[in-house]
Amino acid sequence: MAVTKAAPRESVPDTPAARAPEGPRRLNSPLALTLLLVLMVVAQGSIRRVLSAPVMQSWMTVFVAVVVQALPFLVLGVLLSAAIAVFVPPSFFARALPKRPALAVPVAGMAGAVLPGCECASVPVAGALVRRGVTPAAALAFLLSAPAINPIVLTATAVAFPNNPEMVLARLVASLLVACAMGWLWQRLGRADWLRPPARAAYDGQSKGAAFWGSVRHDVMHAGGFLVVGAMAAATLKAVVPEEWLRMAAGNPVVSVLALAVLAVLLSICSEADAFVAASLSQFSLTARLAFLVVGPMVDLKLFAMQAGTFGRGFALRFAPATFVLAITGAVLTGTVLL
Amino acid sequence: MNRQAQAAVLFLLGAGLLHAGFTDLYLRYVKAGLRPMLLASGVVLIAAAVATVWYEWRATRAQPDADNHAEDHADAHARSGADAHARSGVDAHARSGADAHARSGADAHARSDADAHARSGADAHAQSGAEDHDPAHTHHEPRVSWLLVLPLLALILVAPPALGSYSALRAGTALQQPYGYGHLPAEGPLRLSLVDYAGRAVYDHGRSLEGRQIKVTGFVALDHSGAPYLVRMALNCCAADAQPVKIGLTGRIPPVLQPDAWLEVTGTYTARRTKDPVNHGPIPYFQVTAAKPVPTPHDPYDETWNN
Repeated sequence: MAVTKAAPRESVPDTPAARAPEGPRRLNSPLALTLLLVLMVVAQGSIRRVLSAPVMQSWMTVFVAVVVQALPFLVLGVLLSAAIAVFVPPSFFARALPKRPALAVPVAGMAGAVLPGCECASVPVAGALVRRGVTPAAALAFLLSAPAINPIVLTATAVAFPNNPEMVLARLVASLLVACAMGWLWQRLGRADWLRPPARAAYDGQSKGAAFWGSVRHDVMHAGGFLVVGAMAAATLKAVVPEEWLRMAAGNPVVSVLALAVLAVLLSICSEADAFVAASLSQFSLTARLAFLVVGPMVDLKLFAMQAGTFGRGFALRFAPATFVLAITGAVLTGTVLL
Repeated sequence: MNRQAQAAVLFLLGAGLLHAGFTDLYLRYVKAGLRPMLLASGVVLIAAAVATVWYEWRATRAQPDADNHAEDHADAHARSGADAHARSGVDAHARSGADAHARSGADAHARSDADAHARSGADAHAQSGAEDHDPAHTHHEPRVSWLLVLPLLALILVAPPALGSYSALRAGTALQQPYGYGHLPAEGPLRLSLVDYAGRAVYDHGRSLEGRQIKVTGFVALDHSGAPYLVRMALNCCAADAQPVKIGLTGRIPPVLQPDAWLEVTGTYTARRTKDPVNHGPIPYFQVTAAKPVPTPHDPYDETWNN
């Protein structure tokens, strides 16, 4: 949600006339941060008093728990994705894929399983693939599968659902299924003019170290921000929303799947962290939570913005709704069979 | 948020994780097994902060003796910030092959978002190092990054306590049938975990507990009618999915019970049971003969379910 809200202000610096105020703003963020921290330390006594109500305490405990539990996995994923983005040349992937598009789609989908990275990393990588001549259908299959089925995400899922190891398999199968279906769908129906080919070079003119740490910093700041949004939502659902409401939503199979799928889109949590949020929604059926885990890495607000930026808005407007519908279908089918 | 502020947030976040990991603080939120990863990620975050500051510092130092191109820009900035901005902006965008970068609304934002993201994969600005590090041309990460300050403040300033009676009464008891029952010592008072006692009392019908003196530790929760329970929260993954296991207290209960206070109760098994009003799960009772307050245990949660 923050993405859409920030839109008008973010675009302001693009007009020359509005650029002037950016100078002072540059000074502001460290200053604002310092002021904020000092203020918090000075006022900590009264802040603690305000927060001592049981509702607030349990909200904060759940909030901190989700962040603390997810951060290590986020950091691990960000490190590996930065390493791949910087040290593996994109041409490698083009050479590794079969020439026939229909065959390249599932191979690219599977390749997502061995390339760790969250969705923030997979959009630029997919853009690079298209630029290096990989067929778009295969690049899109990779785009959808990589954030959902890589080892780090599956490990995080196993950690989050220690009593339901079948959840890991279901997530893998459903995500791969949806990714390949979308790839083949694009191959049959997609038109080249919907896709604005991205034209950018990767890290030219930067040392490897600078590019690596720049990528780590950037991804942690972005994904971390969205993780905090997700943690706040999880804490609210857990500590504030009455149990009866959740049980009512969870009681109806259709409503529960749709509710969690929409929640996944709105929260935009990084795929390395989303399993822990899903685990906290313990009132919901495993199938509904699977829908949350399949939809989240493929369609959400943040991804939509990134896809529109990388491949063009015409593409994103067609791609995201189709993916949403297919992802729910795939999750429900897999959930019915496996869970 | 510019790079200095980002470095500060990364550093504080890393320091917060290290602080939580080196004390028992992390046990209020996650399982003990996460500790190595917690410490490692704290170190990585601090390293990222240091690297950010170092590359920024090196870039500003390299600025004066960069090539002509960079000098041009620096010069232009010195003359008029606004003008130079327009120029370098157009420069970078033109090279990226994207025209009309401020079309409007969502698209313009999507572009600027993609620009910011491009840094992780491919960055137009990065084509010229000097230009990229030009302080007046710094990328601003989206505002959502500011939210990272919240968990930081919560962790360092407030350090919220482990989940207590409020959460315990909102959720139904999560007692599950144990896979098996460990062998108990034949002599002396039995010191059982609360989850173990509840499991044996409900699913083993107290067979191994009859006639023994038992000690159980947990925190107090009082339901709306004032009936006392002793509770332990059990974790699957972290405090976000903690679920309570409750036992009812009967017999010589202390006259004044404070919710969330930790107690060690001594007593015996009783066959009396009730149903949890929230989820109708079974709650066994415990016949108390003595109770003494104890400090909050090292690990406030029960992790025996899935280790």
